Amino acid sequence: MSAAGVPLSWYLVLAALLFTLGAAGFIFRRNIITMFMCIELMLNAVNLTFVALAYHLRQVDGLVLAFFVMVVAAAEAAVGLAIILTVFRNRASVQIDEVQALKD
Amino acid sequence: MDALLFLIFASIAAVCGLNVVIQRQPIASALSLIGVMGSLAVLYLLLGAQFIAAAQVIVYAGAVMVLFVMVIMLLNAGAERPTGASLVASTLGVPLLAGLFAALAYVIFAGFPEPELVRFGQFRQGGAAELGYALFTRYLLVFELTSVLVLIAIAGAVVLAWREVKR
Repeated sequence: MSAAGVPLSWYLVLAALLFTLGAAGFIFRRNIITMFMCIELMLNAVNLTFVALAYHLRQVDGLVLAFFVMVVAAAEAAVGLAIILTVFRNRASVQIDEVQALKD
Repeated sequence: MDALLFLIFASIAAVCGLNVVIQRQPIASALSLIGVMGSLAVLYLLLGAQFIAAAQVIVYAGAVMVLFVMVIMLLNAGAERPTGASLVASTLGVPLLAGLFAALAYVIFAGFPEPELVRFGQFRQGGAAELGYALFTRYLLVFELTSVLVLIAIAGAVVLAWREVKR
């Protein structure tokens, strides 16, 4: 077992599990910040898939894709958190079901 | 050694990922998410992606999560009030998610019937040199476009955070 290595599919199943957890949090949570963190969790799961398949194909392209996902996620986090700040200043709440701007 | 490290850090990632979802306090979710990202960095190292592992720690666990924690402290966000999930989410949510995971697992095991073993050190093209070469030759246009994207995102974040409250 010591030098046997790990099947590649275990990495992919772990990524699938993390993605499902992120999706579950996105559906069931009511706090905008937590929902945003669940999106980051899903992005991380996809990154793990990219890196695992880059190992499988022995090519660097998957790593480049993971790198771009990281950069875009950082940009998205900056904009998203600024939006959350604006929502909080206007509504004094970060509960998603109290933010129904199109209704009122 | 590979299997041991994988099992340790994969279980840390799974437990912390579950903790992100079930914690009521946003700050506890954020700290669990940092745990997920740190253990994923170790898994990237095991897969031979050294540069991505370093970037994961610096960009994600460092910059992005610090931003999250700062915003949580700034908003003084306490425990979220449990309001009942919508009818669709509460009835269809769990079966749909279980179906999603089952479908993903089926595709993975159908796509990789004979297990390819991941051994540390088998894949040596994951360093900064190889990644940088690919970035600045084949992906040069995308790389430059990304810098424009980051500039626009930062400008947008500043504009959004600046706006006065209109009442």
